Amino acid sequence: MIDKIFFNMTRTSALLILFIVAWIFVVLFNHSTEAINAFGFDFITQDEWAPNLEKFGAYAAIFGSVASTFLAMILAIPVAIGVAIFLSEIAHDKIKGFFGVSVELLAAIPSVIYGMWGLFYFVPIIRDIFGGLGIGLLSAGIVLAIMILPFMAAVTRDAMNTTPDILKESAYALGGTQWDVIKDVIIPYAKAGIIGSLILALGRAIGETMAVTFVMGNVHKVPGSILDPTTSIPVTLANEFTEADTSLYFSSLFGLALTLLIMSFVVIAVAKFYFLRKVRKGQ
Amino acid sequence: MTSTQKRVIINKIILSLSTLSAIIALAFLFWILGVLVMKGMSALNWNIFIYEGAPPGYAESGLKHALVGQAILVAMATAIGVPLGILAGTYLSEYGKNSKLAHTIRDISDIMMSAPSIVIGAFVYAIVVMPMGHFSAWAGAIALGIIMIPIILRTTDDMLQLVPGTLREAAFALGAPKYKVIMDVVYRGAKAGILTGVLLGIARVGGETAPLLFTSFNDNFFTTDLNEAMPSLTVTMFNYATSPYEDWQQLGWAAAFILSMFILGLNIVGRLILFAGKRK
Repeated sequence: MIDKIFFNMTRTSALLILFIVAWIFVVLFNHSTEAINAFGFDFITQDEWAPNLEKFGAYAAIFGSVASTFLAMILAIPVAIGVAIFLSEIAHDKIKGFFGVSVELLAAIPSVIYGMWGLFYFVPIIRDIFGGLGIGLLSAGIVLAIMILPFMAAVTRDAMNTTPDILKESAYALGGTQWDVIKDVIIPYAKAGIIGSLILALGRAIGETMAVTFVMGNVHKVPGSILDPTTSIPVTLANEFTEADTSLYFSSLFGLALTLLIMSFVVIAVAKFYFLRKVRKGQ
Repeated sequence: MTSTQKRVIINKIILSLSTLSAIIALAFLFWILGVLVMKGMSALNWNIFIYEGAPPGYAESGLKHALVGQAILVAMATAIGVPLGILAGTYLSEYGKNSKLAHTIRDISDIMMSAPSIVIGAFVYAIVVMPMGHFSAWAGAIALGIIMIPIILRTTDDMLQLVPGTLREAAFALGAPKYKVIMDVVYRGAKAGILTGVLLGIARVGGETAPLLFTSFNDNFFTTDLNEAMPSLTVTMFNYATSPYEDWQQLGWAAAFILSMFILGLNIVGRLILFAGKRK
């Protein structure tokens, strides 16, 4: 009897997760229907976002999300792979422990703090070097890159560490240098895992709100240069959700949220199911 | 130059580059930590814990409202996320095991874990704030709770699976029903791991800002009314830091420092518990 109740409690809780995810999609979709009906595909292809004219095109925000994430990935990937190589192959055990834990702890620092630091310390530097406002796509990409770096390095290192020692030792026994071992043994072996980890980090970056809200500028325009202020989906949501005054405005914001959810869902699903599943099967 | 020499040189170059990137990464991250500690420490004083928010320019201005609000929000989120997460994780590890349903739930919750938290905020806005007609602590707590469930679920699932099957069989052999086996044997064996998962889950939602922006919103005054907008450290930090007033910015740094220490502390304690549990 109690056994049955307990079983049903656990099962209901487990099914609740599926229910919540489905519910999120349904709710976001329902609330964005007004915008979808009003604009159709123009919603994602037009870049005019003018609340006073009741015109909402999300292209600038989508572009900003993709561009800032792309910039962050370009900057963060080489450094993260460097850190991962350092952590898994170069560092001595003692440094490895200390360094590894501090990287993981840094990944736990709330992103709002990276954003604050970016606004007060990094934006002025960009302003001094390049002129202009300092706030814009470049600053957002760099702050995002720094924020995502610890997570990316930690997961990439984990992927590299799955290479069996015996494979590495065999390569060393043949006279390989460390770099030979890295490029001919570890990277081929852990390739799927490394790519999966990088894409997972991308999934995080694309939905990141607080690290970029401070430094992006929230201007609904496709930036003419990398230094121009622009916006992204999460930045728009964070800035405008409490200001929306008409139902079409709200509906458009929900449309943005739905677009973001679908984008990140696809990215994360590709990382998890295509690349990281391969790793699990390989083991 | 022989090919061996060439390989040795390339090796040196690459390894130096890799070490260099580690140094660059560390430099940036310690720069941020350094700023946080310096700015935070210099802004810390007793007033912060005694006074609630005040208009800019007042000396008697503090963060009491945000600290208490943050604690209430996180406690409520924990009350929502932890039981549901643990029960769901129990189902996956003890009942669902390798069934298709269990794998689907694991996959979906993995995706949820990385899903943009601001979207959860929008969702909760639609289902809680809109029907209620105003922002509330409930909405904020529900948003954080939803974010917490998949984290707790996955760690519970992993930790319960580490409990050896023979322990379960021994308990079954004594005639214990399944729920008793789970409660008295499996949970007990995985205690340290589950606790670590809970602490890390709390640390994770404690630093969330985006889902609170339009659920619990913010308030510059002390309140314990769950039906009203509730201040939180993170949103206060965001509002104060983006304000043009220097004293508010100072308070923002103090909030950032307190919050980071809390989150780092939880992470460290969580790791120590897991480590101590493993050694045993």
